[in-house]
Amino acid sequence: MPLDRDQIARRAAAELRDGYIVNLGIGIPTLVANHIPAGIDVWLQSENGLLGIGPFPTEAEIDADLINAGKQTITARRGAASFSSADSFGMIRGGHIDMCILGAMEVSESGDIANWMVPGKLVKGMGGAMDLVAGVRKVVVTMEHCSKKGESKFVPACTLPLTGRGVVDMLITDLAVFTRDRARNRFVLREVAPGVTVDEVRSKTAASVDIPDLVSTVLT
Amino acid sequence: MATKLCATPGEALRDLRERGIIFDGCTVMVGGFGLCGIPEQLIVALRDTGVSGLTCISNNAGVDDWGLGLLLQTRQIRKMISSYVGENATFEKQYLGGELEIEFNPQGTLAERIRAGGAGIPAFYTATGVGTQVAEGKPHARFLPPLGKAGVNRDAFQERDYVLETGLFADLALVKADTADTFGNLVYRRTARNFNPMMATAAAFVVAEADHVVNAGEIDPDRIHTPGSFVDRVVKTASVKRIEQRTTRKA
Repeated sequence: MPLDRDQIARRAAAELRDGYIVNLGIGIPTLVANHIPAGIDVWLQSENGLLGIGPFPTEAEIDADLINAGKQTITARRGAASFSSADSFGMIRGGHIDMCILGAMEVSESGDIANWMVPGKLVKGMGGAMDLVAGVRKVVVTMEHCSKKGESKFVPACTLPLTGRGVVDMLITDLAVFTRDRARNRFVLREVAPGVTVDEVRSKTAASVDIPDLVSTVLT
Repeated sequence: MATKLCATPGEALRDLRERGIIFDGCTVMVGGFGLCGIPEQLIVALRDTGVSGLTCISNNAGVDDWGLGLLLQTRQIRKMISSYVGENATFEKQYLGGELEIEFNPQGTLAERIRAGGAGIPAFYTATGVGTQVAEGKPHARFLPPLGKAGVNRDAFQERDYVLETGLFADLALVKADTADTFGNLVYRRTARNFNPMMATAAAFVVAEADHVVNAGEIDPDRIHTPGSFVDRVVKTASVKRIEQRTTRKA
């Protein structure tokens, strides 16, 4: 069975380490906050200028001056800090964020990512995505393995305009988990979803990837 | 001490045309992220000056009937420099009709271009956008990344490609603070700070609107985010503070 959105998010959350500073994108990445493993304290950064996102506010706590990058009302956890967009992106560009998790429309076998221009739709802008993929220490992408037409979104070369070149470290799809060896510039298949075979992943992956003898199953 | 306090947003902008500070085709920076921390009443006042052909530097373009959306409705904006403009049907219509030009900047590059402009830095190199559309046609160079603690920077010991981005400076900046004093010292609040502090440094004339205005000397110097020397005028407003995505949990 392919992983559902929450299972993809849970697998991504397994990459978190205690004390990590993390930026979560919109969509499946936002769900990662619900799956942070017990005993791990993670600080969520919002690129509009907050380190230490708390839970959504109660009706009584709503504060128009406190939103996340998706423009949703949020709270700040104890110890949170607010700062300017220049400081926020200094944090991002300067390599001071441990990990970001973001969605994509295409990932290429050399670690390129395309996620800001939807084909056939008006371009709305890249927001902070280009800064995040260029500056964050570990870039994790979560996405559906195939498009609605059944075509692989993990491709030899992106056809859509890029968000970043050679930046993706890990790809988690509904079918499989891949890590990228930066030195060799190759993705390696590490895990398959429960009930999904290596052959099925191979047949649905247009990108050329290394497939070791030992491939484990995603813990769900 | 002379006060920079104006009675109304309209008064804060009223003489700027005759003084040549704003003019048709001028460039205006407008603070805010979404509708959070926008100088909402100054935007209304800017509309009412009738100035047109504006280039607006602002992370977003407001919504149809609030924020910069108001100036789009009246077709006073010719070009936007932004990172994301998702929430605005008026924008979409004018852009598709060729009436409106848009220059997309990565959000961090936009923030840094404004910071640089205000700090007298004409250009800087960044890794953001290298290999993408936004770097096309711009000068590139290879550098070792700045070395911090071991491992802070990815591939710290390998040279990387960087693209040259230029600083931005505007004719007018409109910013939103939580508290201002009569000398123009500003304190921002929570994520309403966003682009406002950099914009306050990066324009020939700077007007701030604030929820609270106090006398100079009443804000602890250590708590001031923007020193008053950057700010030309201050106005106290009752902000609507519209919320785009009201998300709550059960109490």
